[in-house]
Amino acid sequence: MDFLIFQIPILMVQASIDGILLGILFALIAYGMALQWGVMNIINIAQGELVILGGYIAYFMYVIGIHPAFGIIVSPIIMYFVGWSLYKLVINRVVDRDLFISILATFGISILTQQLMNFAFGSDVVIAQSNFGTTMLFNYMVTIPNSKLFAAVVSIIFAILLVLYMRRSKLGRAIRATAQNPRAAKILGVDTEKVYAATFGINAALCGVAGSLIAITFTLHPYVGLPYTVRSFMIVIIAGLGNLPGVALSGMGLGVFEEFSDYIFGTEFRIAAVFLLLVFILVYRRFKLSRKREYLK
Amino acid sequence: MGAILQVDQVYKYFGGVKANENISMTVTQGSIAGLIGPNGSGKTTLFNSIVGTHPIDKGSIKFEDKEVSALPVPAVAKLGLLRTFQQTRIYGKLNCIDNMRISAKPSRDNLFSVFSTIPNELNDKAEHLLSFVGLYQKRKLRAGDLSFGQQKLLELAMALMNEPKMLLLDEPTAGINPTLINGIINRLIKVNEEFGITLLVIEHNMRVIMSLAQHIFCLAHGQLIANGKPEQIKKDQRVIDAYLGVQ
Amino acid sequence: MNQKAILYLALLAFGIAVPFMFPAYKLQISIMWILVVLSLTWDVQGGQMGYNTFGNIMFFGLGMYICSSFQIGIFFPLAEWTASGGEKTFIHTPTQFFQGFFIGIIFAGIIPALVAAIIGYGILGLRGHYFAICTLGLAIAAGELAGGIELVGAGQGMTSPPWPKNIGDTELRSEFFYYICFVLMISTFLFLRWAYTTRFGLVLNAIRDNEDKAEAMGINTMRYKISGWVVSAFFVGIAGGLMGNMIGYIEPVETAFAGRTFGVFMVVMAILGGKGTLWGPVIGAIAFHIFKEGFWTFFLGWQYVALGALIVIVVIFFPEGIMGWLREKYPDRFGEVIDEEDRKAQVELK
Repeated sequence: MDFLIFQIPILMVQASIDGILLGILFALIAYGMALQWGVMNIINIAQGELVILGGYIAYFMYVIGIHPAFGIIVSPIIMYFVGWSLYKLVINRVVDRDLFISILATFGISILTQQLMNFAFGSDVVIAQSNFGTTMLFNYMVTIPNSKLFAAVVSIIFAILLVLYMRRSKLGRAIRATAQNPRAAKILGVDTEKVYAATFGINAALCGVAGSLIAITFTLHPYVGLPYTVRSFMIVIIAGLGNLPGVALSGMGLGVFEEFSDYIFGTEFRIAAVFLLLVFILVYRRFKLSRKREYLK
Repeated sequence: MGAILQVDQVYKYFGGVKANENISMTVTQGSIAGLIGPNGSGKTTLFNSIVGTHPIDKGSIKFEDKEVSALPVPAVAKLGLLRTFQQTRIYGKLNCIDNMRISAKPSRDNLFSVFSTIPNELNDKAEHLLSFVGLYQKRKLRAGDLSFGQQKLLELAMALMNEPKMLLLDEPTAGINPTLINGIINRLIKVNEEFGITLLVIEHNMRVIMSLAQHIFCLAHGQLIANGKPEQIKKDQRVIDAYLGVQ
Repeated sequence: MNQKAILYLALLAFGIAVPFMFPAYKLQISIMWILVVLSLTWDVQGGQMGYNTFGNIMFFGLGMYICSSFQIGIFFPLAEWTASGGEKTFIHTPTQFFQGFFIGIIFAGIIPALVAAIIGYGILGLRGHYFAICTLGLAIAAGELAGGIELVGAGQGMTSPPWPKNIGDTELRSEFFYYICFVLMISTFLFLRWAYTTRFGLVLNAIRDNEDKAEAMGINTMRYKISGWVVSAFFVGIAGGLMGNMIGYIEPVETAFAGRTFGVFMVVMAILGGKGTLWGPVIGAIAFHIFKEGFWTFFLGWQYVALGALIVIVVIFFPEGIMGWLREKYPDRFGEVIDEEDRKAQVELK
């Protein structure tokens, strides 16, 4: 373990900025996770794979010569249909049942998708070059690739757009009604089938945006989806469903935690740190609740 | 006969809602007490507070002079204070006999008894109690396949299997075929007189509670508004007002 | 009852005879017995108790590393063995090999069991999907952490002690490991078969059907939950130790803490065969093994696609599993016939 970072303030600044920018991206994915959990009562283990798939769309554009930043438009459109189809094929049979069934089924989808992506895009680690340049702060001591800034800004814009859509549009209101009380919504004429399909599609689209941003700021690989799933799950647990500011803050907190872990524990333990944090949070909550004679539902 | 249950100035809040406010009551050992009140008056919440399903915000609850308000649910149950649930709780995939067998108190309860065999004598006791509640013919059926009313009877039998000192019954006749209600009343009286089990019963059926209880507590809006003998409660204006004239 | 005894004997005979009847498949069927152990132990939590876990693989990996570490570490400096090429410098004599092996196997069972006992209080206090995902996190974290420990080879992994050169050939080696796997499988099966007849079995089922009710009836559920996990950890740990020896090479994420393969398999096998029954996980493991060999042979390159699809299909369309399906179709064979009179009878209270 290396605590050097705490002795060099400028490193802490770097890590914090990196963490916050990264966290905003996590928050976007978490928002999608919360959406489907709240509306359809499913936990989507394949969330990470949807992100990576969305990323590969942007990467593909890069490979054929289109600037991958346009992925933030193209990817969500394609991913919406992917999500919608996935819903019609599999997810609709899982919605009314036990939460664990959704975990298992989406687990199956995730390993299926992983290998398909491996087949389609190969198993090399790739990145879509955006050539956005770098911003230097504090006399060149802190470097921020502009792609990360771009990613954060785009995430925030999409999050705001989505919130507005959910508040103002007919479909958005239908989704929120279904989340509160599916049976009542149905009786009042809401087509819950449509709502569920749209919700899953929107989630996939969000993952598409996030994925394209990841494609230009980090790396893509068919098998790195699960950490994204776990991160979004953690954020939703900490923030709670329906708590958008909480999701944003928790996302950023997680991002900062990861960046600091990188320095303290080393990059090879970064993923382990994320998963152990998950375990820690859940166990901590369990003990806190058991004092009140309750348990996490 | 001393007090077996002493509830002293108990408060329970859920956020801003005062589910139980300054509730004090004493149940004499060996008696049958009733807990009545309109829906939402805090009766089940009080039960939950007593057996430990949730902590209380203020006050004290003593069972056989032992403070139980901070004990976890299994500990309270082991002291001999059991409750049944309004929405019945039974082990759905097991058959009735197994539901009964696992409800009995183990002779030794430590790490080494985890893999102990359940004595065969319990089967006889289980069958006896099942027949006491009229479920003998259904003993091999899966508990989950029973009707709501039958599950209620099973739940009662399971509680008796555990040989409690006191039983909190949450609406024991709700959902039961009206023709069976007299039989239930008789059995509850028998349970109290012959087995010596103290009963505290939540009931909406006034006929039932008036014929069962020796002492009645009435809750409304989270507060205890009246308590006394059934004849007094029947005439108590506050009780009548609380129910808005609905019997 | 006679039917049952014949069935057991037939399977026993089959198991013993395999190395002679199908010598080419020894290793494969050894792995099949390992799968049965994994499936049976998963079912203790997942089927009998209703606590779907993704983390039992953690004990598998632990057992694997511990077994080999002891096997090597008792006689030679472990750190030097795991340094590259180090295993060629130290050679076990036959006595050393077998001593090390048996000591290793014992600790491969005991240490994971202790771990389960220690972390059980915290982890088993979680419910439902929180428990599932927490155990998933544990399993993956374990793999990642193991990949960082230099002593056991870090990301490169380590080799387990090779079979001593002057004791027979690879055939003997396969036979040796085959019988040990078979004995492990039988022990696990017989132990669980017995355990389910005790209080343990009923309490686990009660927890599955209504944990709150079990607590309200005075049952110390945590004690039983932990006991179950300790039992599973013990057998899974030994299975891991055996596997590590059979494969010969222990890699942290792919072989030891093999979440993506064995970790997922154990869940699917138990569900496929029938959760919550004694034979379900056994049948499921055998059926799954056949599927898997089929996928890996005919769909190589697409095997995980096929596996993923199988999981989705089983979970959605066939959640009761083979045993569940058989029970519905032939209830009389399972003593499940309910007298219609009993079912329709009205309750009478005189």
